[in-house]
Order: sequence, then structure tokens, then C-alpha cells
Amino acid sequence: MADDHDESEHSAHGSELSEMQLRVRALETVLAEKGYVDPAALDAMIEAYETRIGPHTGAAVVAKAWTDPAFKEALLADATKAVQALGLVSRVGDHLIAVENTPALHNMIVCTLCSCYPWEILGLPPVWYKSAPYRSRAVNDPRGVLADFGVSLARDMQIRVWDSTAETRFMVLPMRPSGTEGWSSEKLASLVTRDSMIGTGLPKSAAAAV
Amino acid sequence: MDGIHDMGGMHGFGKVEPEQDEPVFHAPWEGRCLALNRAMAAIGVWTIDESRASIESLPPDVYLSSSYYRKWALGLEKRVINHGLASAGEIAAGHALRHGPPSTRKVTAADTPRTLTRGSYYRPPQGPALFKPGDRVRTKNIHPETHTRLPRYARDRVGVIEANRGCHVFPDTAAHGAGENPQWLYTVLFDGTELWGDKSDPALKVSIEAFEPYLDPA
Repeated sequence: MADDHDESEHSAHGSELSEMQLRVRALETVLAEKGYVDPAALDAMIEAYETRIGPHTGAAVVAKAWTDPAFKEALLADATKAVQALGLVSRVGDHLIAVENTPALHNMIVCTLCSCYPWEILGLPPVWYKSAPYRSRAVNDPRGVLADFGVSLARDMQIRVWDSTAETRFMVLPMRPSGTEGWSSEKLASLVTRDSMIGTGLPKSAAAAV
Repeated sequence: MDGIHDMGGMHGFGKVEPEQDEPVFHAPWEGRCLALNRAMAAIGVWTIDESRASIESLPPDVYLSSSYYRKWALGLEKRVINHGLASAGEIAAGHALRHGPPSTRKVTAADTPRTLTRGSYYRPPQGPALFKPGDRVRTKNIHPETHTRLPRYARDRVGVIEANRGCHVFPDTAAHGAGENPQWLYTVLFDGTELWGDKSDPALKVSIEAFEPYLDPA
């Protein structure tokens, strides 16, 4: 099978789609026939990512941290242990680290070398997180990246970018929106967007609650 | 390797374009490709570092013009062939033409909880940590042709150790079968101006996760 080098992500709905359908099917068939994988194992994983694993888990973690000071302290000390204790996912891999936004500091997560991302609590990363524009610019122009997301921070707000160059995985603990005093964890979680846990967005305002 | 994958600080890729209501997969083959990669990883023939290296070493034009999951598929084909699990001819034919190595295990649906959870990369230390939080360090000016996790933009730069993250598998050796060679891992924090010069945003700080062999005292 020859590589067609002129294919791009943007033409993915044309030639790449059919080429890749055939190519991945061929690889799966060979590896299944040789006895390395059972296609049912692939079905189960796909189903998990499509239905169970996603940013709602991270949102529940953030909402808990906003309402339970002891949990927040535990989360910032050892996020793997703290999230595991909540029982939201079957098992949290080691090396999860939560970093806290404050009125003076905004955190942003990137992986410039590949696309490392905390899959277990945020699900699979969006295409933009894996793209060259984000991976190249997050470390030297985070304000420009934020502008692409329609987010503007005060000039004197310290910006801290975490490049995920090892097996440590990061999530941002955003600031709790004002006007949410006394809210339940469930209602608070509805304000927590995926992007606010990557640092390319902020939580929704209280007025946007569902 | 100083490859196209090492994108931090490069110019010219344009704006970040978020997609509204993005689906988990954009086509069924993406899900098959992801799951096939994870299932084959669970067999344990190669390390996660070798997987990354196989994608980084795709020709630069292929790397840039391929979607994320296409790169995963191409990398997996390479590893399957390099480890003798299947031949290029078999992949082209879409069928097994001979039996694979008999000792390998089969990944089934019963393995799903394991294949969905990341493994631990902690390993027992081989010696005491050389650095502690607050120490100033200079990253090494290294350009290995093999896999490394020290990005170009952060080489030969002075930063401060912020945290010791424990002793981990060392990707630079694990990527090419040279062993886990566990090393201390640190979060190292740099001022924006140290990385990008006087014109950098003065309110910017960037950290990398750096293995001890990448660092000298400063």
C-alpha cells in the first residue's frame, strides 16, 4: 500500500477515509487471524470511549473540589489517589496531577512532543489539542491561543504552561464562578467545561447553569 | 530525534480551530485504530516509548499531512512488521499468510479494564536524587538521533526544579529496547524570557517534565 502524501486532515472525508478504512481493517484482520487480538476486545474499548469515558468525570472531580476543602487539598496533593477514592472510574492510572487556577495564575496544559492527555478523566483529546497549531503555540503564545478560544485574561495574570513531556498527566482545577454559593455538586459540574480543565477555557458563568 | 514532532515554539501553523460538538471519533476506522493500538500495546511486545518513536520517525511530510489516527495506524504497521508479528505482504493482502510467533498472548474483551487503564511508570530508584526543589539547573544541549523527551525549545536553558515526580522508566532507552533504566523525573520551571528572549510575555512561565540525565547543576 503506497502512501499518498498529498492527503491532508482536511480531505479526511474524501480519499483518506476510504484508504484508512481499508488499511485499518486489513491490519485488524491480520492481527485477529494470527490470534493476537479478539475483535470483541476492540468493540468493548470503543464502546467505553463512546459512552462512559469523558470530561463529565473531570467535571465531577472539579465540582467536588469546589465544595469539599478536604477533597481539594487531597486532590492537589495526589490527584491519582484522590480521584481513585471518589470511585468515578474503575482505576485511575498513576501520575495524575491537578494544578489550581487562582486570581493571579492561569494554568494551561499541552503536549508539544505528541498529544499526552489525561484520558481517564477527560476522555479522548479533541482534534485541536493534537494539532500542530496548538502544540507549537501553547508554549510561546498562550495568550494568542486563548484568543483563538475567545478568552482574554488580564495582562498581569501569570500564565503557566505545563508541557506534558513524560508520563505525568495534568488537569486544571479552574476557579469556581461567582454567584454559585450553596449550589450542589451536580449543578456546579454543569458549569465545568472540558476546555476549562485543559486551560484553554473558563467555566461557564452561574447564569449558564442547566 | 530532532524531528517534525518536536513542535514547541514553531511558527506558521496558524490558528487553533476548535470544532463545535466534536464527535469522539470522526469515522469508525478511528475507533478501530485506537482500540487496536491499545490492545496490541497490552500484549507487551513494545513499550509506549517505542510506539511514540515509531510515529516520530515517520517521514516529515507524512507526519504533517496525516491525521492523528492515521499516524497511529502507520506507526502500528511499522511496529508489527519490525517485531515480526506480521509481514508487509500480509498487511497488504489483508489476511494472515503464516502463523505468528506462538508464545504471544491474545487480548480479549475480558482484558478491557486493563487496556483502558494506564500502567504505572514508577520504578525503584537506582540511586539518590541529585536535585531537590528550588535547585537551579541547566538542561543539556543534546541532539540524539534516537527518541528523547527533552524538547528542542528547552535545551541549554536555565530553570528551577519545582517538584520531584519520583523515579520513572527512562524513555530515551526504553524506546529502542535498551531497557527501562529508571531515572528521577522532575518538573523544571522556566521563565518565558529564558526560552523565548526579551520579547517574551513577561507573565509567562513554562514547565517541562525532565528526566535527571537531561539536567546539569546551574
